[in-house]
This record gives sequence, structure tokens and C-alpha cells, in this order.
Amino acid sequence: MFRNISGCAISGVFSKSGRRFSGKLIIDSIAAMHERSNGLGGGFAAYGIYPEYKDCYAFHIFYDNESAKEECEKFLASHFDIITLSKIPVRKIPQITDEPMIWRYFMVPLPSKLADSQLDEREFVVRCVFRINSTIDGAYVFSSGKNMGVFKAVGFPEDVGRFYRLEEYEGYCFTAHGRYPTNTPGWWGGAHPFALLDYSVVHNGEISSYDANRRNIEMYGYQCMLKTDTEVITYMIDYLHRKKHLTLKEICTVFAAPFWSTIEIMPYPEREELEYLRNAFESFLITGPFSIIVGFDKGIMALNDRLKLRSMVVGEKDDMVYIASEEAAIRVIENEPDRVWSPKGGEAVIITFEEGTE
Amino acid sequence: MILSAYELGFRLLNERIRSVNGDVTVYDCFGERFIGAGASSKTIVINGTPGNALGMYLDGATIIVNGNSQDAVGDTMNDGKIIINGNAGDALGYAMRGGIIFVRGDAGYRTGIHMKEYKDKKPVIIIGGCTGSFLGEYLAGGCIIVLGLNTDDYPAGEFTGVGMHGGEIFIRSSKPPVNLPGQVTAGIAGEEDICRIKDDIQEFSEVFNIKTEEIFSKPIYRLVPNGKNPYKRLYMDN
Repeated sequence: MFRNISGCAISGVFSKSGRRFSGKLIIDSIAAMHERSNGLGGGFAAYGIYPEYKDCYAFHIFYDNESAKEECEKFLASHFDIITLSKIPVRKIPQITDEPMIWRYFMVPLPSKLADSQLDEREFVVRCVFRINSTIDGAYVFSSGKNMGVFKAVGFPEDVGRFYRLEEYEGYCFTAHGRYPTNTPGWWGGAHPFALLDYSVVHNGEISSYDANRRNIEMYGYQCMLKTDTEVITYMIDYLHRKKHLTLKEICTVFAAPFWSTIEIMPYPEREELEYLRNAFESFLITGPFSIIVGFDKGIMALNDRLKLRSMVVGEKDDMVYIASEEAAIRVIENEPDRVWSPKGGEAVIITFEEGTE
Repeated sequence: MILSAYELGFRLLNERIRSVNGDVTVYDCFGERFIGAGASSKTIVINGTPGNALGMYLDGATIIVNGNSQDAVGDTMNDGKIIINGNAGDALGYAMRGGIIFVRGDAGYRTGIHMKEYKDKKPVIIIGGCTGSFLGEYLAGGCIIVLGLNTDDYPAGEFTGVGMHGGEIFIRSSKPPVNLPGQVTAGIAGEEDICRIKDDIQEFSEVFNIKTEEIFSKPIYRLVPNGKNPYKRLYMDN
């Protein structure tokens, strides 16, 4: 009898001092949770890996065919100054097959085009990403931040890491995902992380409120087309953080808002603030089981749903912070952490660089 | 027999544990699942971090963990003993129906969810530290004891006893429980109640070398469902 014992796995490692370390560490961590995935998706987000191009937007793009690549590159050349481009180096292994063409571009927006658009630079880049993903058939931008990159595929995460030669990259923060798709297809674009600019999300769970969240975020110009619920979390973070200037802590309160019964017994002014956030951003509330790790340029954030229907453990050792679905995935790379704990449901864990880190 | 969990992986490890007649020591444990599942007559000592569903369907064996455990320890356990010299994850003793679980430190959310009892089968969970929310959710029988030895605060999270309709929960705390659901009543445990759990607490104190005087140095509250059928109003009379 085949008994499915899976459930997604997530893991994250961050150096508060900005020290760069090899991607091998995150592969070892996510590999310890092999049983939580079923080989239909794995991926990584890596921060601080492109210091030589740190002022350029690094686009990672999947192409299904040569004509998609031609059309996309034409679009890129007319909107960006392409500093350099190359195939993303991969290692051919039998575990990873049917790969699309995978290309990487380091670019800055063309000054004239940017000025004409009357947009700020980041909004300009976001619109270009959506333009490519929605209008060029067979081209998919899956990474668009500065000094960071997403690497994802169909396969077990440890194989995906080997495929992309992740151990050859050095960064100050890595997140990882092992996928067990429940009700959406397992395809290359559907693997986690989902990223926009430097925000990336890996997610273990299933959002019951997906459709409500999707309809809401589409009103603000975000198109959900990747057939999976995690995408919408990424866009909601981008919208609330970059456009509405909410703090990450406030965003956590919006996503995993306390129950009204809990808010009612809180003292002022905390109660007032929580009431405001719940009312003003009602359609951004995420229900259903989830644990997420969010990467951003200055750190790492983790959040559980308010009922804590998924497990998540945090560990610390000196300047290192570890977050994973299972404690074993932390112990396997740091067996003597100074502290290990499970955050409460809805409790924001936000860790940024120590003061003075560049 | 001594086995390396990391080298064997969870399938081989569990096959080896099942095939051995005597006691087993497991080391290098990093999340290997189902250890001791259904075991009835041996002692398994685990050094490391055993994976989910440790001791599920346990049927008389003893499991000792030197470290923290993960989620769903003692899932549907029938008999035996699990001792955790550290913390436990979520859903500890899920649907447990017999035997005893001791945790030295904290336990996660939903401790003792769906626990039940029948005649002489009466499961017991004792937590030395604190627990997360939804302690004893849907509790139908058995006994959960939370000692909060590492805190001056109330040692359980929110929504304790939601859906509880049997069994009892003891909470050692200088602060009384608040925000309990309507169908649960709390009061200071009486002498008779304490008498019933005394032997288990005595054993807990010996296992972890904690003085019983310390355990009984604070009030102990007892939470029970109020009435034989607290959900009666949800059903039609017929």
C-alpha cells in the first residue's frame, strides 16, 4: 500500500553579520526533510550571491523555446541596459529532467525609458516582469531582485540544489523549499520560492483564502498566473511593504490577524491598532494552514498561521539564525544551537542585520 | 543493540528496531520518523532529535529521548511510556488511549488533542514546562497535567479545552485560568483529585529528579467539562 506521508518542507539560514557562506548548508538542511516532499518541486532563494553586480537587477528566466527567448530579449533590450547575460550553469543529473532554457541577465533600466514611464525604478521593473510573464508565451521571469537569485525546478530539493550547483554560490541568506503539491500542478514555474524584486516566499501549507486574496490583489494590478497559492502571498507582501509602507510586523498582523475575541481583551492602544489593521486590510487576511519564510534584502522573516496548523522551529547560534519546518533540519547543520524555540501561531519572527553591517 | 539513525534512514532503522529482541540505543538521530511505532516490549533510548510520530501506536514499550522531540509523539498510543528529556512539538499524545508520556520541558500546540479513555485504559500526559494553545482540544478522556516549572506566568496558551467533553486537565499556576470555553469549569484541585494523580507525579519527579515539594508549592487547578453532555443543546431530543 502506498501511504503518502508528505507535507511541504521549508528551511532558511541567515547570517546577522552579513557573513557569506556556501549554499551547501541549506541543501543539507532541506535534505534532512526529504520525506516531506514528493519530488514535484524544490527551490532556493539566495541573497548576497552577486556582489560584483549588486547594483543590477538580476533576472532569472525560464524559456520554453528559442522564439520566446528572442521575443523576450527584444523586450529586455528596449527597456534595460543589459550589462551581461549568460546561461545559468547547471549540472546534468538524472534526477532533474525536461529543463527549460534557463538564462540570467544583469540589467539596469534604460534611463530614457524609465524617465518616460514616470515610474519609480522598482515599479518600472515590476511592470516589466508582469509584462513578460503575461504577454510573452513561453517566457517566465522567476527572479528579479538585486544581489539575489531564485533557483527552482521539478525534483527533490537536494537534487535541485545540486542541479544548480548551489554549493558554488556564497550568500548571507538562503531559503529553501521541498514541495508536495496538493491541488495544483507540479511544474517548473510552480516550484517555490516565488519572488518579486528582492522579496521571496517559501510556503508550507495551503491557503483557504486564496481566491479571496487573489481577487483582492488583482485589483491592484498584480496578475496571478502561476496556478499556485504561494504566488499571491509574494504579491501581497510587495504591495503592503513597498507600496503601502506597512512594516513587516504590521504585515504579519494583517496576514495572521488575531481573533476578534483575542483583540477584545487587549489593552489600548494595541487594541486600537489591531482593530485598524484588521478592518483596513481585511481582504489580505490569510486563512488555512501555513508557515512561510520570507527573504528580503535586509533579513529574513517567518510566520505561522494563527492556529499554528503547520510546524516551524527557530534556532540561533552566534550570528546565525535558522528556521525550519522541523528541528532536525536545524540540528543537522548546527547541532548545538544557543537557543531553539517554536514561535506561536501568528507571532512574527523578523530578523535583520546587526547594526553596522553593510 | 546500538544503531545510527542518520546512516540507516527511517525505513531501515525501524525495520532493525522491530527485528531486535532486546533493548535498543539510537544515536545520530535527525528527524527519522515513526521510531518505535507499535513496539510492545523493549526499551528504546534515542540520542538526538527523533522525527514526527515517535512511538505512534506504542503498545507497552518504553521510549526515552535525550533531546527534543518533534510533532505527534505518541499518536494513538495504546500502552507503554515515553520520556522526553527536552521539549515536545505539536499534537503530543494525539488521540492517545493508554500509557503515559513525561516531558521535562515545554510542549507545543494541541497537546493531548482527542485523547480518550475506556474502562482501565486511562492515558496520562505530564508536561514539566508550558504548552501552546488548544491544550486538551476535544479531550474525551484521560488526564493532562501541566506543571509550568519554568515560568511564573500561566503555563498554557489560549483556547484550552475547546471542545473538551471528558477527562481532566490539571494546571499548576499561581494565576487562575482565564477565557475558558463555556462548557469547561475550573477550580482548585481537591485532595481527592490530587490523590488520583499523586503516583504519576511522584514517578515524574523521580524520572527527572525534581522535588515533589517544588511541584506542590503552587496551586493546582483542575479543568473538567461541566455536565455529562456539554454539547446537549447542539442536538435534537428524540
